Amino acid sequence: MDWILLLEQCLNGLQLGILLFLLAAGLTLVFGIMDFVNLAHGSLYMMGAYFAATFTSWTGSFLLGAALALPAALVLGIVVEVVALRTLYDRDHLDQVLATFGLILFFNELVRIVWGPAGLDIPLPAFLETSIEMLPGVPYPTYRIAIIATGLIVAGGLYGLVSHTRIGMLIRAGASNREMVGALGINIRLLYTLVFGLGTVLAALAGLMAAPILTVQIGMGETILILAFVVIVIGGIGSIRGAFVAAVLVGLIDTVGRASLADLLRLFLTNQVAETAGPALSSMLIYVLMAAVLAIRPQGLFPPRGH
Amino acid sequence: MRYGPWRSALTEPLLQLQDLTKWFGGLVATDSVDLDVAEGEIHAIIGPNGAGKTTLVGQISGEVRPDAGSISFAGKTITKSPAHARSLMGIARSFQITSLFLDFTVLANVALAVQAHAGHSFRLWQDATTDAALRDPARGFLELVGLEGRADDIAATLSHGEHRQLELAMALATNPKLLLLDEPTAGMGGDESARMVELLQRFRGKFTILLIEHDMDAVFALADRITVLHSGRILASGAPEDIRADRAVREAYLGEAEE
Amino acid sequence: MRFSPSVAVAAVAITLLAVVPLITNFLEEPFYLGLILRLMILAIAATSLNLILGFGNMVSFGHAAYMGIGAYVVGIGTFHAIEDGIGWLANGFLHIPLAIAASSLAALVIGAISMRTRGVYFIMITLAFGQMLYFVGVGLEVYGADDGLSLYQRSEFGGLVDISDNTQFYYLVLVLLLATLYGTKRLVASRFGLVIRGARSNERRLASIGIPVYRYKLIAFVIAGAICGVAGVLLANRTDFISPDMMHWTRSGDLIIMVVLGGMGTLFGPLYGAAAFLLVEEFLSGVTEHWQIVFGPLLILVVIFARGGIAGAIRALEKRPD
Repeated sequence: MDWILLLEQCLNGLQLGILLFLLAAGLTLVFGIMDFVNLAHGSLYMMGAYFAATFTSWTGSFLLGAALALPAALVLGIVVEVVALRTLYDRDHLDQVLATFGLILFFNELVRIVWGPAGLDIPLPAFLETSIEMLPGVPYPTYRIAIIATGLIVAGGLYGLVSHTRIGMLIRAGASNREMVGALGINIRLLYTLVFGLGTVLAALAGLMAAPILTVQIGMGETILILAFVVIVIGGIGSIRGAFVAAVLVGLIDTVGRASLADLLRLFLTNQVAETAGPALSSMLIYVLMAAVLAIRPQGLFPPRGH
Repeated sequence: MRYGPWRSALTEPLLQLQDLTKWFGGLVATDSVDLDVAEGEIHAIIGPNGAGKTTLVGQISGEVRPDAGSISFAGKTITKSPAHARSLMGIARSFQITSLFLDFTVLANVALAVQAHAGHSFRLWQDATTDAALRDPARGFLELVGLEGRADDIAATLSHGEHRQLELAMALATNPKLLLLDEPTAGMGGDESARMVELLQRFRGKFTILLIEHDMDAVFALADRITVLHSGRILASGAPEDIRADRAVREAYLGEAEE
Repeated sequence: MRFSPSVAVAAVAITLLAVVPLITNFLEEPFYLGLILRLMILAIAATSLNLILGFGNMVSFGHAAYMGIGAYVVGIGTFHAIEDGIGWLANGFLHIPLAIAASSLAALVIGAISMRTRGVYFIMITLAFGQMLYFVGVGLEVYGADDGLSLYQRSEFGGLVDISDNTQFYYLVLVLLLATLYGTKRLVASRFGLVIRGARSNERRLASIGIPVYRYKLIAFVIAGAICGVAGVLLANRTDFISPDMMHWTRSGDLIIMVVLGGMGTLFGPLYGAAAFLLVEEFLSGVTEHWQIVFGPLLILVVIFARGGIAGAIRALEKRPD
């Protein structure tokens, strides 16, 4: 067993998990507090990546590009919320699904018109292109470590925000009892816009961090969005803690599973069958995990209280 | 005195709650409740708002799972049985906040209840909307509660009082042994309430009735025994005269309800 | 039968469908024959979704996967029929029952797991399972992976009908569409159908009167999947091509749009919805290749303002005093 390879895959899994967490956290906040299904969350992830690509090419610096992309994405998210999504908060989930599906079509086409159908690349600054030796003889890309570190810092910040600040308390209160928060004189509209904005920034951050590793392309949001939904379902809607645990779990299983499944299968089956079945089965791993969790706990690992 | 004149060592109670407990977060909604309901009796549960009456009924009908304790019905333990199984055993329920098939006609509402107790519904071809085997009994139950004139109206168009009548008709249509009625006269004016009470009195002896009510006139007209619930526990339980006379009950509740 | 706008429009629609081949053959425009053929196939799929979505309020976002399963049965069958010379693998009388069996099984497993959840969870889980099947398709290198597989022959029905002739194929599909519509009509009015509609109306009430709701919803889900599998068989034959894209969640989204646009919980709604969807797609894509940028907001507007769909609008005509 190649332990170094396994360690590397575990780190990759952790990195994927962190990205998934950023996406899932925003999604679960919006679900949990506003009871709103937002299929277009992946589009905000995509816009974060595209904005970062553009600003990086204008300024010549990835870090500057990223720093500019975040507020740009935030503005976009707030505009979308105010113009299109506000009317849908009281509607049933099917309406929300359809409307945000329409938003996805709109954004994908908008990107196609403005940036063209081909994907974009984001060049990384030199100091991020290196590797750090985690253990003697085990180099690991610096950039991926940066993703993990950034993600953990944001996760910590989010946790601090939700548990230790007044806004966080309002968010938690709003999650369990919307009418009461309104009755307390808090501007629910503003709270919702804030929460949506927070979710947007998280998604955009995930998008721009993922961009240098994956290609920036149309539809990149949807693929990872489904994974993010699976994460929320496993973790429990409305739970940040659940999103974190589930995201890391999903990231690890998907990455390590994909890498080792083909090898595992080769032990039992012929080479040819393993080659065919391997990729097909490894795509199923996450969904099998989700099915297993649902079979035992239909509300997820950390279900919201009072449900 | 826990048990009124109905206690008999020979007859097992139809419904028996033992040490029933339910928590919601940090709040205890049902606090170690012991209750027996004898067959054929009309038993009223009263108590101030928030006393946990609806939660208690919910645990009997199967919508709410208790955290501790047991429930037995007609000698069988049903604590873990799902709601639909309890209905098939003979427990019928009406809801405090009207719960009907609002987009169906009044007749269709009752017909569906009849259908639920007429064997399985895996019939995929025969037209059930004109099936006399369902509609005739349904009409019968509507006549019983006085709603036959509204049979073909959409349930959503009925008045609140008529909704309560429809709830009762549906409960009756499921061939019940025990009727769990959650505030059957809620929102009704004087005349309507009186009619409902008169209807329920006709059922005396035919069904066992467990009744949640705020209307004290109705309670004292109907009840063979009364249980007073307060903050999830039983404050007192017994014959109506004893309850009326009970000091603690008067202080906690009867005084308020008399207005 | 009462003469009402709903019945009139439906009668006109069916009559038009019946005469399309005569018109297109006369005008020598086979493209339109193929287009209406595709419309009818999508209408069958949408009708199957309407059964659980429109009448039962089960928002399945993975319904296209069953169409994919049916399509792959045909694709894999005809592939091996040619490659390995096993003739009977291309037989349509094998494809249809096998597609029904395969989609029913998939729907049973997926439904059994998904139905343990409610609301948003249910939507997401059905979406996830649909994607899972998509990825399985992508992983099947032998059958083209994500490039797909071309079919070099269509399902064979012996001497009964030769569906490589589009006109004969058209009438086969029309018959199947009418059968599906009639079957749906009877199902919805049956005891089973009333239970499903009761579940949409008030699931808690349904359980409290003694119906084991899960059981019935699951069976409805399986029936819907089975019918959609048949639509998949027809689609594969129509396009002479199969690919995992048929199972992609956006295809499921398209089906939902058709059901909602046409009018949920109505008999002919899915047909109108499929027609509207194709019409908009054809028309808009003729105007600009960036038609989706219009379609997206259009969809949002329809959701906000026109929830009853087309059938709802027709029905609204009945209420107006003349």
